[in-house]
Amino acid sequence: MLLPLSWLKDYIDINLPLQELARVLTMVGLEVDGIQVVGLPLPSEDEKHEFKFEGLHWPADKFVVAQIDEVMPHPDADRLTLCRLNDGSGELIVLTGAPNLFPYKGKGPLTPSIKVAYAREGAVLYDGHKPGFVLTKLKRAKIRGIDSFSMVCSEKELGISEEHEGIIILDMEAPTGMPLVDYMGDAVFEISILPNMIRDASVVGIARELSAATGRALKIPVRQVPSSGPDITGNAFVEIRDPALNPRFALGLIKSVEPKESPYWVQRRLRLAGMRPINAIVDSTNYVMLETGEPLHAFDYDILVKRAGGKAPTIITRAATEGELLTTLDNVERKLDSNTILVTDTAGPLSLAGVMGGLESEITPETRNILLEGASWNFINVRKTSTRLHLNSEAGYRFSRGVHPALATWAIDLCLERMQQWGGGTIYQGLIDNYPQPPVDPEIKLTVADVKRKLGIEIPPQQMAEILTRLEFECQIKEDFIIAKTPPLRLDIGTDEIGKADLIEEIARIYSYNNLPETDLADDLPPQRNNASLELEEKIKDILVSLGLQEVNTYRLTSIERENRLFPKDLAPDLQPYVRLKNPSAPERAVMRRSLLSSVLEILEKNSRLRDRLAFFEIAPIFLPVQGELLPNEPRRLAIAMTGKVENTAWDLPESRLMNFFDMKGILESLLQALHLDQVVYEPATNNSMHPGKCAQIKIGEQIVGLFGELHPKVKENYDFLTPAVLVAELDLETLIALIPARFESISVPVFPPVLEDIAIIIDEEIPSDRVEALIRQTGGKLVTDVRLFDVFRSEQIGQGKKSLAYSMTYQPQDHTMGATESTALRNKIVKRLERDLGARLRG
Amino acid sequence: MIEKPMIIQELEEIQDTALEALKKIENEEALQNWRRDILGRSSAVMSVFSNISQHPKELRPLIGQVANQVKQTLETALLDRSEIVKEAAILQKLQDEKLDVTLPGRRPVTGRYHPVSTVLRRIYAIFADMGFQVHRSRDVESDLFNFELLNIPAYHPARDMWDTFYVEGEGVVLKTHTSPGQIYAMRKNAPKPTRAILPGMCYRYEQISARSEIQFNQLEVIAVGKNITFGDMKGTLNGFVRRLFDKDVRTRLRPSYFPFTEPSAEMDVECFVCGGKGCSVCKGSGWLEIMGCGMMHPVVLQNGGYDPTIYSGFAAGMGPERISMLLHKIEDIRYFWGNDIRFLEQFR
Repeated sequence: MLLPLSWLKDYIDINLPLQELARVLTMVGLEVDGIQVVGLPLPSEDEKHEFKFEGLHWPADKFVVAQIDEVMPHPDADRLTLCRLNDGSGELIVLTGAPNLFPYKGKGPLTPSIKVAYAREGAVLYDGHKPGFVLTKLKRAKIRGIDSFSMVCSEKELGISEEHEGIIILDMEAPTGMPLVDYMGDAVFEISILPNMIRDASVVGIARELSAATGRALKIPVRQVPSSGPDITGNAFVEIRDPALNPRFALGLIKSVEPKESPYWVQRRLRLAGMRPINAIVDSTNYVMLETGEPLHAFDYDILVKRAGGKAPTIITRAATEGELLTTLDNVERKLDSNTILVTDTAGPLSLAGVMGGLESEITPETRNILLEGASWNFINVRKTSTRLHLNSEAGYRFSRGVHPALATWAIDLCLERMQQWGGGTIYQGLIDNYPQPPVDPEIKLTVADVKRKLGIEIPPQQMAEILTRLEFECQIKEDFIIAKTPPLRLDIGTDEIGKADLIEEIARIYSYNNLPETDLADDLPPQRNNASLELEEKIKDILVSLGLQEVNTYRLTSIERENRLFPKDLAPDLQPYVRLKNPSAPERAVMRRSLLSSVLEILEKNSRLRDRLAFFEIAPIFLPVQGELLPNEPRRLAIAMTGKVENTAWDLPESRLMNFFDMKGILESLLQALHLDQVVYEPATNNSMHPGKCAQIKIGEQIVGLFGELHPKVKENYDFLTPAVLVAELDLETLIALIPARFESISVPVFPPVLEDIAIIIDEEIPSDRVEALIRQTGGKLVTDVRLFDVFRSEQIGQGKKSLAYSMTYQPQDHTMGATESTALRNKIVKRLERDLGARLRG
Repeated sequence: MIEKPMIIQELEEIQDTALEALKKIENEEALQNWRRDILGRSSAVMSVFSNISQHPKELRPLIGQVANQVKQTLETALLDRSEIVKEAAILQKLQDEKLDVTLPGRRPVTGRYHPVSTVLRRIYAIFADMGFQVHRSRDVESDLFNFELLNIPAYHPARDMWDTFYVEGEGVVLKTHTSPGQIYAMRKNAPKPTRAILPGMCYRYEQISARSEIQFNQLEVIAVGKNITFGDMKGTLNGFVRRLFDKDVRTRLRPSYFPFTEPSAEMDVECFVCGGKGCSVCKGSGWLEIMGCGMMHPVVLQNGGYDPTIYSGFAAGMGPERISMLLHKIEDIRYFWGNDIRFLEQFR
């Protein structure tokens, strides 16, 4: 909502500095997004200002009201005129090319003279000929042989609007010589209207809030109804088919009004408020809508009579039938559905109720007689219609948020009066008012205790009533409560507990939030519980970070094509169920991901040329639709992707090994160990994304918790990587977390010395190393506390298809010192077992 | 008087010569050679002991005594010299090992948290101290939980406040805010009091730009009980903000609208970059919009399982990315999901 300050002042005497006024508005919930100054002084640069100020100041000595007494032709130029102008300090000649002065050219002295906005030499204003708003300073120059140092201004030059077709012609009453800033200096507040404050999408509404906040009196405009004139009765009839759709429909009538230009001050106000002036008829409906918040609609009465075959028209409001057509006044034929409410007559549809008028009955330059509609509509239907037809109108904006039906007749009366003032004509006595369904304006009992319970402060009934009365509630004050009746101008107040909450908000808002006390929570502390799932997730993050991995956070929205990059081109799956958006913002963000690894791998790719070591992980959900369920499963996954060098290079360590399978495995081993998970088995596995010989799955007990390996070369081709190997892992975090023991037991530090022993064996290549280790541990039992593989060796000497594995073992008796005999016996036992079970041979 | 036997003279000469030689020794190897030559088994001094029987019986005690003295003198001198040589050797070694300490260090690989994780943890920790616990909820949500139960019926004007992503199927959306979690958390606790923080990813149909994203984290704070007031909300949120930004930071509340709270407010924090004078971070206003908040709407309390005539509560919502942006002067919200390593590396 654009609010011109001068207009606001019609309804409330307020003289606060602009910034202070903006602050008061913001603090009652009318947030000021910016202030456009139109003539008034801007705050100085070094003054701290909370609001965005823009616009042009008209210093009193540079901009004044002047009068043109004669428009004379330019001796050498047809498109220029010379004006004999009086700026209050004397007569001078001003050169102008304004086309709207041409009609006066060569007509001799003018009576009455024309009032204009005049800028003197040295004035800074906007350049009317340049696009946008560019400042320029008036300097003395010779144009076609005539001295020029000042000008008569257009709206654009003064920063009122973009209008530069001609100069401003002020209303005749404008006093010559008066500084322009005093005559029409203004400022426009850009205000965000909250959805529950649609009553304040109006100048009177905002004035009412200001009155409540400041205590200054509100002056509500009311039409002075004359006592005589023709009667409206019988000139039109109204039939409301469904009062739920149309609780009220009222009509006023004015005849012989002329659709001429509105007075300049009206046009200026409309422009400042963001509307285009058209003529006195249309302008008066728009003006009253901005003034009261009630959108009005003017019909050409003669057209309605013609459609009714020369008789008084009958207006019928009803739901549209499916597929019914209407051409709206933007000249588009609209196909309607049954959610749309129509204003029709006996001949068919006239307008989209509450949204937009029809083309046929619109106001034209020939229109003289006006049937003026003020109504109220079901906001849900208006909303559905404007959403479906993508029609954003000022009327639709207001009606779709709910306008109180009581406003209708007040607004019609005001509008008829304004229309007559600006366009002449005869107002018919009375209104045709069909009001089958007045809303119930809730009456609410609010106690001091209610307010204290929510706000933490006791506000006496007198003070509560005073605040609400300023907002036009009717209040009865009792000992420790009030009864407040909602004024018939708003629909946002509920009943019972909700109504109380609504009133408490009104009281808090006007009392000012910042005057309410600040207290510490004194209520009972709820039962304290751990969130184990989150704590373990955070612990896993800690471990991975300590292992040198960088956490990333990626988009959860992706596309199937992006996810399919994770498979060789010839093997991409095509029929997986996805959570799909009905209204994606972009094709590449159309589904919720099924793979976290795919997201992390994209990030690895994006950074692949920036660093020579990259190691990323993310913990986040994936989205798996479930047959027959409304909502998908959202299990968390852990994804890791790494490539490049193992460690940072340095000036004396210029080379580093590249990461391979075992770097990934080492990270996973360290992670699982840090989580106190033993019984972990790594099994060879296959997966379409992975290198068939470098892929393993992690099993803990019977549960598979994840898969890792080197990216399949064909998959790697789908991405832009320079490094030979990309290592990836994806773990099912929900399964993993469920397996983590809640606590672990420590082992006492041994009293007796450990015995360290190495053995090297030769076995078949096919035997996995973890079987050797498992067998050593099994054979050694409790005595063997550590087994570590420290060498893998192959050579011709050992033989084709064989490998040598060297282990370092720790024997740790708990209750005695192990002697040589015992350790040799243990070693022999282990060797024998390896020979028997695995065909191992001790390496000499 | 008995004439000094020859051998004693010789011993004294050996001693003088040896001590002289010892003084010149600078390293351990020469020291060992000296020991071998002078005090070794076949050295002149030591052979005096083994050949003592060659001397007249009456002279033997004297010779033995002198030889012992010489041996002791030489041994002591050797020890002293050895100390000096060792000390010199250490000094030399230290000298030789001197480094250019300005050469760069070798850095181990380090891991880092995503900046959102860091800010979330900070927020969790501050609220944990006040007894608030973390509740998380799903991303793909029903219309019922995302809107209806939060007092936002279909076609309510407030629905304009969220540009919603709709999921195929009836009544399913990507959650537009973390508020559905309010209902889950309250239903879990009612009628016992609730203090919870609800973090989560939210989604809105927006044009992606430096200021807005289609996916963003939100974090809500709720407290429900029998005696919870607007004043408590101010106290709790101010306490949080002072711990997060600065102990002296000023805040203000201004009226706003959310369907699930009433009264509703926006909390602004005085810009901690410029101290309220106006700068690029606060866009000249001196205030930073930091969160929306309000007293829980009776309908929401009811839907959460609390009788609104007895219980009251407050709710507040903030954007962790926005807070991170303010704290670290991050210019572009797209950096968060962009994950450029040059951005992430700065959050050490």
